[in-house]
Amino acid sequence: MKVKLKVKRTDPEKGITGYSQYTLDMHDSATLLDALISAREYEDGSLALRCSCRSAICGSCAMRVDKRARLACRAKVIAITGGDEEHEILVEPMGNMPVIKDLVIDQESFWTKIRQVDPYLQPAGPVPEGEYRVPNEAMLDLTHTMNCIMCGGCVSDCTVLEVDKNFIAPAALAKAYRFAGDPRDGHTVERLQKLSEYGGIWDCTRCNMCVEVCPKGVAPMNRILQLREMAIEAGITNNTGARHTAIFTKSIVDGGRLNEVWMVPGSVGMFNLPRIMTELPGALKMLRAGKLPLAQVIPPGAPGSHKMKGMDRVRNVVRKSAMLKPKKAEVTD
Amino acid sequence: MAMKYAFWPGCVSKGAAPELYIATNRVARELGIELVELDQATCTGAGVIQEQNPELGDALNARTFAMAQQLGLPLMNICSTCQGIESMVQDKLAKNPEYLAKVNEILAEEGLHYEPGLEVKNFLWILVEDFGLDNLKKAVKRPLTGARIGPFYGCYILRPSQLLGKEEHPDRDHYLEMVIEAVGATAVDYEGAKKCCGFPILTINRENSLKQAGNHVHEAQDLGADALVSPCPLCHLNLDAQQPAAKSVTHFDIELPIIHLPQMIGLALGIDPKEMRMDHHVVSTKKLLDKLAQPVPA
Repeated sequence: MKVKLKVKRTDPEKGITGYSQYTLDMHDSATLLDALISAREYEDGSLALRCSCRSAICGSCAMRVDKRARLACRAKVIAITGGDEEHEILVEPMGNMPVIKDLVIDQESFWTKIRQVDPYLQPAGPVPEGEYRVPNEAMLDLTHTMNCIMCGGCVSDCTVLEVDKNFIAPAALAKAYRFAGDPRDGHTVERLQKLSEYGGIWDCTRCNMCVEVCPKGVAPMNRILQLREMAIEAGITNNTGARHTAIFTKSIVDGGRLNEVWMVPGSVGMFNLPRIMTELPGALKMLRAGKLPLAQVIPPGAPGSHKMKGMDRVRNVVRKSAMLKPKKAEVTD
Repeated sequence: MAMKYAFWPGCVSKGAAPELYIATNRVARELGIELVELDQATCTGAGVIQEQNPELGDALNARTFAMAQQLGLPLMNICSTCQGIESMVQDKLAKNPEYLAKVNEILAEEGLHYEPGLEVKNFLWILVEDFGLDNLKKAVKRPLTGARIGPFYGCYILRPSQLLGKEEHPDRDHYLEMVIEAVGATAVDYEGAKKCCGFPILTINRENSLKQAGNHVHEAQDLGADALVSPCPLCHLNLDAQQPAAKSVTHFDIELPIIHLPQMIGLALGIDPKEMRMDHHVVSTKKLLDKLAQPVPA
């Protein structure tokens, strides 16, 4: 089959950035990595890319393919093009990390952030004589994160990292869950405290991009949500993120629908006047446009707050839903 | 073609974006789509309740599904976030029959029961899959020829794609462009279309949130967009209501109308913009409306 590639080229020494186009003749079963290697071997020896295992284990060949991070070795050309030989596949280096040359990026910031979460077990108490024994169910939940091959795809396409390099980003947070969620770990609360700070778990917008691009089913955002739940459960709630969740939930439990007016003071803190003031000009603009829901001026939970019809039945569901909570698996000895 | 849906309007169309609620009802009437509003259904949790109490989120959404099933109707939403959460809960309940049985025990107290298999669709999906683009083209009275409109999807109607019917409907992540073209406008191709508007962290990290919104608006405007259209009112709030704030944070010279999907359809159906409250946006829609009032370019 004919394969058309358009590869983004960067030569930092010469300061040149541009695109190279290749048309290759490949077997129908070829992966994108096969095509790129063929381009390097037979068309242009200067094309730089990383690859090693060719079987989605090493994570070296992550790159952006038609604007999404993928492992080139795991992407069959025919699946990308849908069999359309005129489809020119756009191949670019991963995002959110500096480019060294062509498709090779500098992963230093990626590793720095992984190290920030202390990615090793820190057990508490005396070391047992034999092995640590944990129930199977407790480890099953960690298998997602154990599948991570550190390819950096989730970091490449993270939409928050695009605007804030300080964000610790999905890979490190998934790795943090690997240990915070391990029943043998003795530093869970300290971990969660650190992760609840600026740039940590609460800065994720929950855009699902990392879930979408992860080639190994780690679903980092879902781990971030688990960390949030754990942090709240551990009582680490004196921060905007946890307060946001609390006021949101309170407003639904109280009135059935979101009280938008009270989300800002409820999240940033009722007495955080400077922060509340930053929203005033916006609120006035909304008021003028008829977009400020005046029915919601009474805070959720206060007498006279706005309520949907049939709230008594909603409250019953809220009460009873507690019985749906799964029981936690614990270390047996 | 009788089309009838149980209608979950979501929180924002009943709160900070009332024009969406009004425009949806007006456009549905014009298209002959009958909506039975679920006025006792609660918020989906938007992924926020789920951070603290996923089980409560499951029970509340199952309750909404059961209300639609009691009416014997598929469920329509007008919010990408609602769609994502509803699809996610449907998947979880369908895969865990024992858990579902416990949820149904709670629902039984108010005579409700949820059986997996309910069709839950955003208005965007309904337009393309149920109403049909050919029918939409036929219904157009005032083609939006000459207008360049950028799609803005909202994360949860796109991702995670394996929960959003991508196998059965592989084009769902192109529907907005298809609808824009069907009403005669030109779809603007820009990178931000499928990214995050930043709304979920507006109170948590205001600067990041506004940078995200400002970047997308700026990119689309730079590529000649006259407006952005979104099936998600949360995106609308960050891109429209917060646009002046995004402008001061990013220092981009932006002023781009952000319209709701039903408003765009309504314009093409010849409905008076005032009837869809298009004068109730923070960023004025006047420039777009003026452009559309010009004679159609040859």
